[in-house]
Amino acid sequence: MNTYKHSVKLDSAKCRGCTTCLHHCPTEAIRIHNGKAVINEDRCIDCGECIRLCPNKAKRSTGGSLDEMKNYKWKIALPAPTLYGQFENLGDVEYVLDGLLKLGFDDVFEVSAAAELVSAYTRIYLKDPKVKKPAISSACPTVLRLIALRFPSLIENVIHMLPPMEVAARLARDKAKSEHPELNDSDIGVFFISPCPAKVSYVNNGFAGYKSLVDVVVPISDIYFQLINVMDTAIGEQQLSSSGMIGIGWAVTGGESTAIFNENYLAADGIDNVIRVLDQIENGSMPQLEFIELNACTSGCVGGVNTIQNPFIAKARLQSLRRYLPVSLNFLTEEEKQKVPENYLFDELPQYTPVSEFHPSLLQSMRMMAEAQRQSRELPGIDCGACGAPNCRAFAEDAVRRGEVAVCPIKDKLSGNKE
Amino acid sequence: MSESVTFRFEVDGSDFTSAGQASVLVKKHLRQLGIDPEIIRRVSIAMYEGEINMVIHAGGGEAFVTVSEEDITILLSDKGPGIADIDKAMQEGYSTATDNVRSLGFGAGMGLPNMKRYTDSMDIKSEVGVGTDITMKVNLI
Repeated sequence: MNTYKHSVKLDSAKCRGCTTCLHHCPTEAIRIHNGKAVINEDRCIDCGECIRLCPNKAKRSTGGSLDEMKNYKWKIALPAPTLYGQFENLGDVEYVLDGLLKLGFDDVFEVSAAAELVSAYTRIYLKDPKVKKPAISSACPTVLRLIALRFPSLIENVIHMLPPMEVAARLARDKAKSEHPELNDSDIGVFFISPCPAKVSYVNNGFAGYKSLVDVVVPISDIYFQLINVMDTAIGEQQLSSSGMIGIGWAVTGGESTAIFNENYLAADGIDNVIRVLDQIENGSMPQLEFIELNACTSGCVGGVNTIQNPFIAKARLQSLRRYLPVSLNFLTEEEKQKVPENYLFDELPQYTPVSEFHPSLLQSMRMMAEAQRQSRELPGIDCGACGAPNCRAFAEDAVRRGEVAVCPIKDKLSGNKE
Repeated sequence: MSESVTFRFEVDGSDFTSAGQASVLVKKHLRQLGIDPEIIRRVSIAMYEGEINMVIHAGGGEAFVTVSEEDITILLSDKGPGIADIDKAMQEGYSTATDNVRSLGFGAGMGLPNMKRYTDSMDIKSEVGVGTDITMKVNLI
């Protein structure tokens, strides 16, 4: 049944079954079986919290590597703007872009450049009175999956705009083909340099019927040391960078929102805060807003688990990098401003997947729910995780789903201090 | 009498910041029962407004959400001051909330009207000095 390919994986040899990830997974997707963490792939949203918190480094994200460059005649790097915040005293984005060429890429195309076009088109998109408000950004793939699994009534609020990475991939391919007409699509390899595992999943799975134009997603943390070794102040004369403050601002929470030029927005980050905001939109206790930017990681993409630098330092560095840049370097012509083109949009929204449903029949679900309530009352309620479930209630629910009775492994030891 | 399952929540009147949590839990349970997303949204709004009311006006109380195959019943029960004039309280924009509460963005006088709007039936039983029971139903069939 499950066909979603995840990028968060477990290295069983390192896992000690310590329950850290179990307690912090925002979707309760993890259980400990036989002393090892197991991820329920139906529930995982690739937020990376378990990778971030694992004390044994047993969780990692799968991604591509630079070795895959050999499979393509023409290799294009798409650096996420977050990459620029990883270096001390960078001074100029050019050094990073030049470094990517030195690693063997034939061209670079900044995701921040595409982000400026996405911002420009989003401003136009939001003027359409048919757009449901508050309009929720579609840029963070973890948030999209969270909405599809847990906030079905907000699916209609998601903006149909493709994320900057996708737009960059298309524009980079078009540029390669127009400059080198001899290239076929399969000759071109598009490598996204990514701050987060969720982008890996996004590329592997496509999105709501949309097939990604990115071929390989390389984590920033994997490429970092190779890149820093080849980066040099002696760089070519060619100007590679083509984005301004707006584009680079997308790496940090609030950057995408301020580029909408409408102060009636909300920007939130951190997966727990994101869930709280979505709950509030859903229960109607949110002021009337035009635009909502949500990032699963603290501070936005600079907080991604595949980065090197502390997000707050990366953010401070990006502030100084942006300071003397033009506001934007990518503009729409008057003609382009008339309508958001189809190739910036995805037409299908994600589908609601009721992953937590007990049973397709309501009556049967009700009986199972009642049984879970009954069993959970018998449990100590300290949510210690020793049974392998994140809390007593989830343990009872798991047991009921399997047609079993939840037997707490430590209840006898606790009875002394409880009674 | 058809089969049903009931969830009980205590709404803590002493801590304003915790208001709205029962509404989040109800959503989770209704998803587990496979309830339609639009119904979940309506129950969640009615529940949220009710919870806020209990915290603002009644010092907390209890909430019971009962799901049967026919409908979802929300019972909000408190031992607060009661509602003196129910017709007036049902008018949009009418509120007896204090300035303090209003400064937080609540007390706009939309709580009860919204609860009525998002449910299929609503019944208020209130006695001044004794408390208030509000029963709302959302039909599933």
